Amino acid sequence: MKLLVLVKQVPATENVKMDEKTGTMVRTAMEAVINPLDLYAVEEAVRIKEESEQEVQISVLSMGPSMAADAVKEAIAMGCDKGFLISGKDFAGSDTWATAYALAKGTTTLGDFDIVLCGERATDGETGQVGPMVGSFLDFPVLTYVSGIDRISGEEIVVRRAIEGGHEVVQATMPVLVSVVKEINEPRLPTLAGKIRARRANVPVLDAEDIKAEGTKLGLGGSPTRVVKIFYPTITRTGEIVSTESASVEVCVEQLIEFLKSGEIF
Amino acid sequence: MYEGVWVLGEERDGLIHPVSYELLAWGRDLADKLDVDLACAILGKDVRDQAQELIFGGADKVYTVNHVTLGIFRVDPYASIVAALIEKYRPEILLASATTMGRTLMPVLAAKIHTGLTADCTKLDVEPSTRLLLQTRPAIGGNVMATIKTPEHRPQMATVRPKSRKPLPRDPSRKGEIVEQHFGEEYLCSRVKRVSFEPDVTSEAPIQDADIVVAGGKGLKDGKNLDLIFKLAKALGGVVGASRPAVDQGWIPYSHQVGLSGKSVTPRLYVALGISGSAAHLAGMSSAEVIVAINKDPGANIFKVADFGIVGDLFEIAPALLEKLSQCSEKASNSNGGTKDE
Repeated sequence: MKLLVLVKQVPATENVKMDEKTGTMVRTAMEAVINPLDLYAVEEAVRIKEESEQEVQISVLSMGPSMAADAVKEAIAMGCDKGFLISGKDFAGSDTWATAYALAKGTTTLGDFDIVLCGERATDGETGQVGPMVGSFLDFPVLTYVSGIDRISGEEIVVRRAIEGGHEVVQATMPVLVSVVKEINEPRLPTLAGKIRARRANVPVLDAEDIKAEGTKLGLGGSPTRVVKIFYPTITRTGEIVSTESASVEVCVEQLIEFLKSGEIF
Repeated sequence: MYEGVWVLGEERDGLIHPVSYELLAWGRDLADKLDVDLACAILGKDVRDQAQELIFGGADKVYTVNHVTLGIFRVDPYASIVAALIEKYRPEILLASATTMGRTLMPVLAAKIHTGLTADCTKLDVEPSTRLLLQTRPAIGGNVMATIKTPEHRPQMATVRPKSRKPLPRDPSRKGEIVEQHFGEEYLCSRVKRVSFEPDVTSEAPIQDADIVVAGGKGLKDGKNLDLIFKLAKALGGVVGASRPAVDQGWIPYSHQVGLSGKSVTPRLYVALGISGSAAHLAGMSSAEVIVAINKDPGANIFKVADFGIVGDLFEIAPALLEKLSQCSEKASNSNGGTKDE
């Protein structure tokens, strides 16, 4: 069985810089890590490999600047077998559509996979769109919000989806795209041996030609959406703050009740 | 030629879900600014008989696709059918709610029909000079707002954060047209089959849908103290949320987590107890209409977004608040002629 995990490198800090002209994130010159929500997809792939009776091979694919190879290596350190990076100036400024297109092309280039796994969304862009879009480009059944994989047997996969009001158990025929939510597992820390293997791993870079992508569908030029304005919201509210240092608990609570009543909330 | 504004209604358990009416409120504004019709497309097992309600909620036209197998959202038939409707009627704008359905269907659809999609918008407007849809959304943990356009591809597609807008008042005098649409087996088949559904045992509304969220964090010190949060939520008629540390400690399931790596909520009232307010937490709740914070650290970030805050020990304040709330509700039921609805 062949698994592919899609990962993204995201800024580690909350101080993200934006390019005021293009409205895209400035990805250079800042500390970056593998998207925390992708760790759950990596962990799930490694668990499938550990628990399966058949031979399982896990590949990792990312897209980004050359430094994004580090995110691929983080996944290798956790137990993935090999990794690849789609990179090059052709891909700069991609929106979710162009990103998913390139990742789908890359996936097809790398071979036939039974399960393509990804995280629910990235903590920087926070769209959650790329995973389902990749599944759509590949024409795979798309299984989103997966909180558990119950069974994989033959060509069939049974998963649990965390949706509004409960959990839905669904069955599909592989190949499938699975995007996982946090409740699916507890990601492991890489072992020392894993880290050494990751450091030594070669992460081949794939360009537009390698993945046989149409140039008009890549990067900013191939992106249907344009960021036209970015602005910093003022999240500060001028709230009324009372303290039990200066008033009794009773008085503070009464003031809160009055406040809620005045807003017709209570 | 693409013309008209469409919203994608949502049926759950055979009933039109309230997010459909929120979408109609957004869509009505846009359609009026563009001077075009507002249509609602809705798929489900009992949508035909409820379509009139969508007209009362603001639609000029309702396209219903009624079939017993559409009662549960499955991405294959929904994507095939909506793609076919778009091809037939060519709306310039298509909105859906950022529910698990909208967030699954819309990306699949956008890839399929080659158009742009903006996730989780909190504001929508029309640029008068170009008639383009201006889609505004928070990004990077709510630290930045971005306005996004889809200049050339159609329809311009966006998902809209639930609760970012109140529905219009129901207007039974509104007139509109209901158009039934029929699709054959080739559209209805799905590669994904539902085996079973297990409702959440808490029987609470999902936190993203709740009007009132009472959330607890690290300041509770112990999982058993979440009991206080549950009692307060009950007294206020809300549901329970939690910060990431509370979830990571295993005090409460992940489905209650509010923040960047959990759920984004926009309730009418958000009460945070023992939550310091990391940037990641604020990203998930700072767009609530009213925020109340209770924390013993006066320098806690949560107070920066609070409309009302109490600096103090939550173990003193929460019980006092509970007491006060129960007095208030007793008074309220006494003034109702002493009738108790229990």
